[in-house]
Amino acid sequence: MIVADRKPLDEILASIEPYKKIMLMGCGGCVTICFSGGAKAVELLASQIRMARNKAGSDIDIVECTPERQCEFEFIDAFKEQIASVEAVLSIACGVGVQTMNEHLAEGVTIPGLNTKFMGYPVEHGLWQERCAGCGDCVLQWTGGLCPVARCAKRLFNGPCGGSAGGRCEVDKEVECVWQLIHDRLEKLNKLENLEIVRPARDWRTSTNAGQRKVKFEEAML
Amino acid sequence: MKSGSRLERILAAGHFAVTSELGPPKNADPDNIRKKASYCLGNVDAANVTDNQTAIVRMSSIAAGTIALSCGVEPVIQMVCRDRNRIAMQSDILGAAALGCKNLLCLSGDHQKFGNHPQASGVYDLDSMQLIDMVRRMRDDKTFLSGEPIKDHEPRFFIGAAANPFADPLNFRITRLAKKIAAGVDFIQTQCIFDIDRFEQYMKMVVDRGLHEKAYILAGLAPVRSERALQYMKDEVPGMSVPDELIARMAAVKDKDEKMEEGIKICLEMIECVKHIEGVRGIHLMPVGWESITPVIVERAGLLPRPDVA
Repeated sequence: MIVADRKPLDEILASIEPYKKIMLMGCGGCVTICFSGGAKAVELLASQIRMARNKAGSDIDIVECTPERQCEFEFIDAFKEQIASVEAVLSIACGVGVQTMNEHLAEGVTIPGLNTKFMGYPVEHGLWQERCAGCGDCVLQWTGGLCPVARCAKRLFNGPCGGSAGGRCEVDKEVECVWQLIHDRLEKLNKLENLEIVRPARDWRTSTNAGQRKVKFEEAML
Repeated sequence: MKSGSRLERILAAGHFAVTSELGPPKNADPDNIRKKASYCLGNVDAANVTDNQTAIVRMSSIAAGTIALSCGVEPVIQMVCRDRNRIAMQSDILGAAALGCKNLLCLSGDHQKFGNHPQASGVYDLDSMQLIDMVRRMRDDKTFLSGEPIKDHEPRFFIGAAANPFADPLNFRITRLAKKIAAGVDFIQTQCIFDIDRFEQYMKMVVDRGLHEKAYILAGLAPVRSERALQYMKDEVPGMSVPDELIARMAAVKDKDEKMEEGIKICLEMIECVKHIEGVRGIHLMPVGWESITPVIVERAGLLPRPDVA
């Protein structure tokens, strides 16, 4: 899932400062699961904004809504009329939601209320960790299912580096060395020979280096 | 000869090699390099010129290495993967070769977090293994990494890499060394050795796998002036092994000058030890911030004069 975190309230207040009537739009997808952008988060942020604006002597009218997903036209189209009645939309979806709004409903302006962080999962209740960098050429088949692109601070393909100590990364002692984890997992799977091979230089064109990427599924095209 | 560098000739002739380190300044002063080079001249076979070590901006290793070369000191140009992609690296490899540099040490590089620009984006287009492979291809296959041929004047480097015998996972360290050799490394400089016992174990595994016959291994040694420096390395530098006895030995000496002498003695004892470990073909001195001690240590270790291999 996509994990996102709310921007500081002051930054949000500054970005909606010129407006008297806004829509606060959440998203029922990933950000609902990670508590940053679901219906409850919309309710909470709306009241925080109202209180702050009231205190500052410039009341604001907020229309609250949470479409099933903010990244698909059919779900945001349902709010078209209400969107037309406000000066701006404050979105607490991920960056994809914000852009879907700005591009599809181009007559209005949508401002981000979240910082989109990464693709990951909750490793424990309330704690999400990054797992996938979306690099476009998955290597999990030879790393025992653990990703060095997303999880190694130096993005090594032939790790671990000399800074791995006690299973921890030299960059942050709180972070596990993914190459130690890969080593241990491959040992358990009896596949340590996977680490004997010199992994060649990576072709980064599948990653974010060749401009905007796309995926086509011909059968689904109209 | 792969590069014909002095370091390569020393090692190929079977001499016990001595290299040291020359850290470029945090400014544009060429005299700083010349002064440090003067400590190396005639005392070492080659001097590593560090590449923005600990991710702190310093004069470029190729520029500083070229100044050292003009002083008669052969540089080992360090190159890290942190700051440049494969295009810039290959370009600098051509440039360094054109300027007369013949040794290149391939490193991943300290993470940018540790330096004076933690906000920087780390590049890591290649890792150190892939960098070794690229430099070897440029020399032996006469091609760029893309496969495009280098028509003539291919860069010919004596290719080095680092090895840390003390990092985890321990049983993988030998595999990693074997991989670096498979990728094309000619010589290895190890992480600072303070824990001789563990280094001996490591070298035994190296010899058992016959790796000492495939690359020249230089034992990394750092002369220190205080127990504080040792304690710091033990606590703060990941992948270091510093025995408590060594820290206690330094702490037992109170006078500053005597402490310095004790540090030199420890280093000399280490040199004597590693000289007798099978597979060790030389030493790499890392007197960080104490470059002036290099001539003293080399002289007292009986490693002078350096052999003539012209």
